[in-house]
Amino acid sequence: MNGESAVRMQNETGTDHEVKVRFQNVSKHYGDVEVVHDVSFDIREGDFVSLVGPSGCGKTTMMNMLAGFVKPNSGEVLLEGKPVEGPGPDRGVMFQEYGVFPWLTVEKNIRFGLDLAIKRHIPKDERRQITEKYMNLMRLSDFRNAWPKNLSGGMRQRLALARAYAANPHFLLMDEPFGALDAQTRSDMHELLHQILQAERKTALLITHSVDEAIYLSSRVIVISARPSRIVESIDIPFGFPRDKSLLDSREFIDLRIHLREQVMKQYAEQQALR
Amino acid sequence: MERLTEFGWRLLPFVVVIALWYGVRWSGLVDQGLLPPPHLVFADIWQRSVEGTFLIDIWMSVRRVLLGLLFGMLLAVPVGFLIGWDKRIRRFVDPLINFFRALPPIALIPLAIVYLGIGEVAKVAILFYAAFFSGVIVMYEGMSQTNPLFIRVSRTLGATDWEVFSKIIVPLTLPHVLTATRVALGVAWATLVASELVAAQNGIGAVIQNASAFFNLTTIYAGIITIGFFALMMDTILRWASRQFLDWQEREAQ
Repeated sequence: MNGESAVRMQNETGTDHEVKVRFQNVSKHYGDVEVVHDVSFDIREGDFVSLVGPSGCGKTTMMNMLAGFVKPNSGEVLLEGKPVEGPGPDRGVMFQEYGVFPWLTVEKNIRFGLDLAIKRHIPKDERRQITEKYMNLMRLSDFRNAWPKNLSGGMRQRLALARAYAANPHFLLMDEPFGALDAQTRSDMHELLHQILQAERKTALLITHSVDEAIYLSSRVIVISARPSRIVESIDIPFGFPRDKSLLDSREFIDLRIHLREQVMKQYAEQQALR
Repeated sequence: MERLTEFGWRLLPFVVVIALWYGVRWSGLVDQGLLPPPHLVFADIWQRSVEGTFLIDIWMSVRRVLLGLLFGMLLAVPVGFLIGWDKRIRRFVDPLINFFRALPPIALIPLAIVYLGIGEVAKVAILFYAAFFSGVIVMYEGMSQTNPLFIRVSRTLGATDWEVFSKIIVPLTLPHVLTATRVALGVAWATLVASELVAAQNGIGAVIQNASAFFNLTTIYAGIITIGFFALMMDTILRWASRQFLDWQEREAQ
C-alpha cells in the first residue's frame, strides 16, 4: 500500500489538486420534500471542506450521498470520476452519535476495520501495530480493555476517530462529530484532529453548525441554504496549516467569522420560517 | 468473605419465610394437620431422593423443560429475528403471534392429549409452544430496536454482508436471546407443572398430583418447593451467563 501510494504521488506531482469528489447538479427529495436542490461542488485531494448551515437543511443527506448510504434522485456524486455505488472503506465516517460498538473493548473497536476480510492481507503483527499507533495517538492506551459504556463523550469520539483512521481511508467524512461535546472537549478534539491530519492528511468533509469550527478546521467553507440545500457561498480559508488557537483571535479570523455568521444566520431565519 | 456475606443475604429471605411458616403452625391459626412443618417437608424430599424414584421424577421434569425450551428457542430466535428485521413479515405475523401468545398454553393441553396422547411428545410439544411464543415476542421487540447506525459504521469500514451479520447483528442479538430464554424458561416451568398435573405417570407435577389423591400434604409441599428450587437454579444460571457475556451492556438493561 505504501509503495503503491508513493508511486502515485510521484505520478501526480503537479496535479496535486486533482478533483477527488464531484457533486454534479445533485438533487434529492424524500416524498414531496426536496432536501437538496441542484448542488454542484468539487473536493480536491487534501481539501478539508466544511458544510455549514441550519439544522434540518439537508447537509447530512449530502454527506450520506458521498458515504454511499443515500442515492441522489438526479445528478451524480462522483468519487474519483465514478458514481458512488455504496459505502466503502475508502471513506471513513464519523457520526455525531459516535457509533462505537458497545460490545467491543476500546482496542477491539479500533481493530474492527483491520480484522475484516478486506484487510486480511495485512500481516497480523502489522495490524496490531496500526491499532497500537492510533490508540496511542488518541490517548486511549490506558483504556484498551475498557467497555465504551465507561468512556466519556470525548473519549468515544476519539475512539471513533482512531477506528476510522486505522482502516486507512482516503476520505474522512464527519457528520457533526463534536456536536454533543462540551466546549472544552470540543476544542481538544479540534487540536487532536489538526494533529492527526497533520501527520496523515486525508481529504475531509465536515458537516457542522459551528462557523468557528468550520473556519478553524477547513481549507474551504461552504454555506448551505435553508431547505432545500443550495450553495449560498463557498469561501477558501486563507490560513495555512498547521494552525493553533492563536488563530481564533486574529483579525482575519474574526472578520471571516462575522461574515460567515451573517450568512448562516440568514439561512437559519429562513429555515425557521419553513417550520 | 464478601461472597459469603452476599450469599447469606440471598438466603435470608428464605430463612425468614421458613420461620414464618413455623410461626403460623405454632400459632394455632391453622389446623396443624393442614400445615406440615418445614423439617418434615425437607425430610420427605431427602427420603424420596434417597429412594431414587423422586430423582427420576425431577429428571423427567427438568428434561421436558429443557427440551421444550431448546426447541422453542431454536425456532424463536430465527423467527423473532426475521420479524424484528422485516416490516412486511412483521405486519403479517404480528396479529397471529399476539393471538397465540395471549392464549395460555395450558388451554392447549386437552388438545395435545387428543392428538399426541399423554406421552413425552405431547408434553414437550406443549412446552415448545409455551417457550416459542413467549420467547419470540421478546426476541423481536428487542430486534426491532436495533440501531442501524452500527451496521452503517461497519459498512464504511468495509464489512461484507456476512461480516455485518456475524460481527454486528449476532452480538446485538445475543442479549435479546438471553432475555427471551429467561422469559421462556419461566413460562415453560409454569406450563410443565400444569401439564403434569393433568396427565403424567412421572415428573414432579405427577408426584404432587398423586400425593394430593392421598391427602399427603407433606409431599405436596415437597414437590412445590422442589419445583421452585429448580426453576430458581435455572434462572440463576441464565442470569450468571448474561453477566458473563453481556458485561458490555449499560446497566439498565440488566
